[in-house]
Amino acid sequence: MDTIIALLDQNEIFTSQAIFHYWDGIVSTVQLVFLSLVIGLFLAVPLAIMRNSKNPFLNYPVWVFTYVFRGTPLLIQLYMIYYGVTLIEGIQETVWWVIFEKAFYPCLIAFTLNTAAYTTEIFRGVIEATPKGEIEAAKAYGMSWSKRMVRIVLPSAFRRAIPAYSNEVICMLHGSAIASTVTILDITGAARDVYAQHYTAFPPFMFAALLYLALTMAILFAFKTLEKRMLGHLQPR
Amino acid sequence: MLDLKGYGPTIFEGAVLTIELALLSLLLSFVLGLIGASAKLAKGKAPRYIATTYTTVIRGVPDLVLMFLIYYGGLNGMNAFTDWLYETSNGEIDWVITFNEFAAGVITIGIIYGAYMTETFRGAFMSVEQGQIEAGKAYGMTSRQIFRRIMFPQMMRHALPGLGNNWLVLLKTTALVSVIGLSDMVKVATDAAKSVGEPFLFFIPVALVYLGLTAVSEWGFKVLNARYSAGVAGAK
Repeated sequence: MDTIIALLDQNEIFTSQAIFHYWDGIVSTVQLVFLSLVIGLFLAVPLAIMRNSKNPFLNYPVWVFTYVFRGTPLLIQLYMIYYGVTLIEGIQETVWWVIFEKAFYPCLIAFTLNTAAYTTEIFRGVIEATPKGEIEAAKAYGMSWSKRMVRIVLPSAFRRAIPAYSNEVICMLHGSAIASTVTILDITGAARDVYAQHYTAFPPFMFAALLYLALTMAILFAFKTLEKRMLGHLQPR
Repeated sequence: MLDLKGYGPTIFEGAVLTIELALLSLLLSFVLGLIGASAKLAKGKAPRYIATTYTTVIRGVPDLVLMFLIYYGGLNGMNAFTDWLYETSNGEIDWVITFNEFAAGVITIGIIYGAYMTETFRGAFMSVEQGQIEAGKAYGMTSRQIFRRIMFPQMMRHALPGLGNNWLVLLKTTALVSVIGLSDMVKVATDAAKSVGEPFLFFIPVALVYLGLTAVSEWGFKVLNARYSAGVAGAK
């Protein structure tokens, strides 16, 4: 380890300090993306069911939510939540300031809402595409609406959502780069710091690009494996 | 009237810049996509290899990082080039190249979405029946005529849904140019929000402009779709 650090310190740009800076960036990128995806997923399931309902009071508000969040840039959503909250007069004196003082939480809220909107529409599509026969069979067995949802509709919908959802995960990873614009030290933030120190653009941003590429490949591999397990029955033999 | 504390006209100019930027990048990405798709479907190994590397790398890296790479990297490269010119000519050639942020934005977004367009067009090209191309050849058409008269009009029908999606994502990506200092509507609104201290007053109108552009685009693609699906049985 010491020899590696000694070796790195001979390097002009990628000193051991810079490498640790990147490491911090990786940690917060993964944290932000993972947390927002998990929370967004949990929000998206009930929202997608509401979106598929025939009742306009359930369907319409969810449609407005997904249309607005999918129709505007993530950057605007982030700025609205970040500046919108921090510029409220007197917020510094309230208990909320503990949460909003750091950019992490506004950022997490923006990312979560954004991915929830996209995931809701993915789920809406796959739930809608449930084969009619499966639902009729469940009805014939006398299953109630909730039993049908839990046993028949959702499990098969989740499986069929995997390919589209893997795209959303990668979009979220790439979208998370804008966290660096609100002072968060993510991978892009680390690269910007190193750039500001040396004023050479290629090495720091190229390294960041490689890190993102590696994360993207890892996500793709994980989903490919999952797809093989869960969607094996749909694959060409 | 909505004067937005005097920022109304600047935000309007920002909106115009956003639209110009988006349309020019779309044009560039369209051309790059056609070239990329042709390369991917080419018989030679080299073009296929280059095109695959292009799409894999671009689609695996965040837009913002690519923007920094191309913008700051381009800036560095230009400076190095003018320095080199100055030194090799012993101070005779002293160029100062001003780096155009708008062009940098168009080039960056065009290159990024060119990769997505490549994938869209590749699928669309493959869905045109081989027999039609053979028929074109049998009529003695040149490969350019085959492309213009047979491939392109039929390919567009299959490419339109993907093209529409790419356009909507591209439009939202233009917001990122505010980070490299271009005065698009996001940049103008952010500056205004900071100096006036009322973020929602500026961000909500900007969000509404994006929503409006999205709605108009959706309508536009519906019209185009009807045009390119004319004469196809069962197509909506």
